[in-house]
Amino acid sequence: MDHLETLESQSVFILREAYRQFKQLVMLWSIGKDSTVLLWLARKAFFGHAPIPLMHIDTCFKVPEMITYRDELARQWKLNMIVGKNTAALESKQTFPDGNSTRLECCASLKSEALKKTLSGEWPRWILDHTTGEYVRRVGGEAFTGVIVGARADEEGSRSKERYFSARDKQSDWDVGDQPPELWNQFKTDFAPGTHVRIHPLLDWTELNIWEYIERENIPVTDLYFDRGQGIRYRSLGCWPCTKPVESTARNVQEIIEELRSGKFANIAERSGREQDKEDGNGLETLRRRGYM
Amino acid sequence: MQGTELKKEVVASSGSRAKRDQMNIVIIGHVDHGKSTVVGRLLADTGSLPQGKLAQVKAQCERNARPFEYAFLLDALQDEQAQGITIDSARCFFKSASREYIIIDAPGHIEFLKNMISGAARAEAALLVIDAKEGVRENSRRHGYLLGMLGIKQVAVCVNKLDLVGYDKGVFDAIVEEYSQFLAKTGMVPKAFIPISARYGDNMIRLSENMGWYNGVTVLGTLDGFTKELSLRDKVFRMPVQDVYKFTAQGDDRRIIAGRIETGAVSVGEEVVFYPSGKSSRIASIEEFNVPVKQSAFAGKSIGVTLETQIYVVPGELMAKSGQAGPKTGTQLRANIFWLGKHPLLGHKRYKMKLAGAQVPVWLKSIETVLDASELTTESNRQQIERHEVAQCVFETLKPVAFDLAPDIAQTGRFVLIDNYEIAGGGIITDQIETKTSMIAEHVTRRSEQWQRSNISAPQRAARYGQRAAMVLITGDAGTGKAQLAKALETDLFAGSRAVYYLGLSNSLLGVDSDIDHLGERDEYLRRLGEIAHLFTDAGIVLITTASDLDDHELEMLAMLNKPGDTVVVNIGPRRFNSREPDLQINDIGSREDVIIKIKEMLSEQKYLPEYNL
Ligand SMILES: Nc1nc2c(ncn2[C@@H]2O[C@H](COP(=O)(O)OP(=O)(O)OP(=O)(O)O)[C@@H](O)[C@H]2O)c(=O)[nH]1
Ligand SMILES: [Mg+2]
Repeated sequence: MDHLETLESQSVFILREAYRQFKQLVMLWSIGKDSTVLLWLARKAFFGHAPIPLMHIDTCFKVPEMITYRDELARQWKLNMIVGKNTAALESKQTFPDGNSTRLECCASLKSEALKKTLSGEWPRWILDHTTGEYVRRVGGEAFTGVIVGARADEEGSRSKERYFSARDKQSDWDVGDQPPELWNQFKTDFAPGTHVRIHPLLDWTELNIWEYIERENIPVTDLYFDRGQGIRYRSLGCWPCTKPVESTARNVQEIIEELRSGKFANIAERSGREQDKEDGNGLETLRRRGYM
Repeated sequence: MQGTELKKEVVASSGSRAKRDQMNIVIIGHVDHGKSTVVGRLLADTGSLPQGKLAQVKAQCERNARPFEYAFLLDALQDEQAQGITIDSARCFFKSASREYIIIDAPGHIEFLKNMISGAARAEAALLVIDAKEGVRENSRRHGYLLGMLGIKQVAVCVNKLDLVGYDKGVFDAIVEEYSQFLAKTGMVPKAFIPISARYGDNMIRLSENMGWYNGVTVLGTLDGFTKELSLRDKVFRMPVQDVYKFTAQGDDRRIIAGRIETGAVSVGEEVVFYPSGKSSRIASIEEFNVPVKQSAFAGKSIGVTLETQIYVVPGELMAKSGQAGPKTGTQLRANIFWLGKHPLLGHKRYKMKLAGAQVPVWLKSIETVLDASELTTESNRQQIERHEVAQCVFETLKPVAFDLAPDIAQTGRFVLIDNYEIAGGGIITDQIETKTSMIAEHVTRRSEQWQRSNISAPQRAARYGQRAAMVLITGDAGTGKAQLAKALETDLFAGSRAVYYLGLSNSLLGVDSDIDHLGERDEYLRRLGEIAHLFTDAGIVLITTASDLDDHELEMLAMLNKPGDTVVVNIGPRRFNSREPDLQINDIGSREDVIIKIKEMLSEQKYLPEYNL
């Protein structure tokens, strides 16, 4: 087996294990390349179906094309879409783009807080109704106990220490120093009431592997990743105020792969375009301990 | 059938480049011997670090007024940097000309042994680092010993910090001598011993002038020299059933048995057998999404299959091929285990065993020897196993499990033990133990010895109540209305003046869907059901109860626990058990009144309700 087949087989195995063990299971879909590969792997795991609902936390500062792309795929692949957002913070303009908070505070509120409350069912969820094509607001949903996330170990230091199945306590806290053992593909699938588990099927993948797989499988991705004539493209997607495009003339998947393999990005970390990582030296570990994905 | 539509999409392109393989390597050894430094240096010297990363870490060290450490490239957690120690295994990525590597930097401190094991269990090969100045230490040996248990067959030893001993060949040779002797006792033969200085880059990616006396391979060269285990495909076929899917969306009517092929290969048309149930069928198709239709599949692939006949297979069974050596099945096995739990491993306590896809309750039956993995000294006569100890013991499961012996097929010959929600230990199976009696049978014998019988005999009770006592067990698929039927039967018999009782313990407690049994508690509830049934039948009552989807073993267990009372089985719809015929088979409940009449006829034919008049 080549390296992509090995990675694929392991991720499929993890997804099936999650599906077998958790009744209240959800997959986070950020619309970016990683979680879209994850969604594709779910279709691999379940033979073309997508039996696990997808959750997208909308900060309302996403690049608009992302939302269009999300809803197109959701309709085409009949995805069970759930959208969550921090309406209170958005309405009172307690955000970084509105000038009322730092980048880290903004992330904590629009992403981590919204995610936590949408997962627990405390806040409303917007569900895609496939008969009308519209989102419907729902309250009082059940809490999800298994959350599948597209984190990769090569993204940043604390992610390199993650388990495939990672336990979180009631406060979503992650005790990095005392993670459960995981061996021989036996994962932590037993958990005390009130705790939940994050599942990371993409830990072993690098950014380059993701693009190689997108190429091999012909996975549709949003063209924000490609240069559309202005000599810039997004390398990772997020909120527009905090994610800057990079200078690049890669116009398609092949050219991105070339660029990552031997071209200008061969040795430049993916997250270097994200501003919130720079605010304090350990920004991401701090955020992750508190539930950031 | 629309199901095939789902397979199409745009069939994957073959990719534009030459295929490369992937290998996971773990770096192990005693605390502070320089593991993280080896990895950091390897990444730095091969140009595998992101641009600016080295400069950034150096600047950070300068700001905090501490010397730069290559280890900080790996020890990313705040606590790790503050204490200068690795706490948890880190994955990092690195490519050589021939291969993609995932390097797992494991911690050396004994406190984090579980993290070392989590990292090492993912690896195919290991680099073990020994400090030249400190020499072979406790965890140099413990980690070396555990390699074999974790299934790692290739190891190379880096003798590090040669700079601290003046690059002295004598120091190196002495460590080679001492550690080779240790490894020999564990049955491991190292691929190489490499004298290095990780901090200064000696013999890491090129041979160093400081050690003219060494002309072996470098660390980098050693990694590329590790080989992939190719023989997995050539072994007998094993695929643990991970799940059984029937997605009805978009008209898909495939019933797919999903899992990863651990060893061997399988092709369409071949006959397969499932263990421990022993059921068999033929492969009708191999299922994968978005690939051209395949006729066979090999070890390593996560696939699905459909079968020619609709047999009842549950997750956790082990699929093998008929005509090849099958796995062993049984309730007792001998294993070498390592224990990581906060609480000791005890006899008479119920644990959960996860073995390939199976999850079963298990008990520690006996401890044969306990080993200090660092000193290789053994002890017998121990009552419990403490954290970080290695031991040879015998385990007993309630139900038969299918397994292989670890030396034959590692993937299906090992298991983990769960104690209070956590993986607390791992073991490799070395022997099967043949037994004539099961735990339940022994228990029933003991119970009848200890039971204080009253002065009233069973025939006296039968005469008083005008009936022979029995447990009437109604089983079959979940959701067929068994409970309603059972209650109606009770009402009817009660109206006819029978001493009858409906026990509604089963459904809610057993869980409606029998395949999803998170905590492995189904067996425990069934065991209780059997014990309760025994009380009722001993008291002369006709007990009516239900349980979904009983298999052979469960049925046998219930009947045995109910002894000396009789068990009468009514099955609704398809059945999972084969070893006995039901006393009454109902294909479809249809009219409940008719079914009740049939049950009463059967009970009276079998003399449980003797004077019942038709
Ligand atoms: N002089 C010298 N010091 C070294 C060398 N390699 C590592 N060290 C030092 O040894 C100390 C421990 O190194 P680490 O790489 O953190 O050790 P480790 O084995 O990863 O430690 P744990 O992960 O905590 O078990 C650091 O101060 C290193 O700088 C070497 O080749 N020469
Ligand atoms: Mg270390």
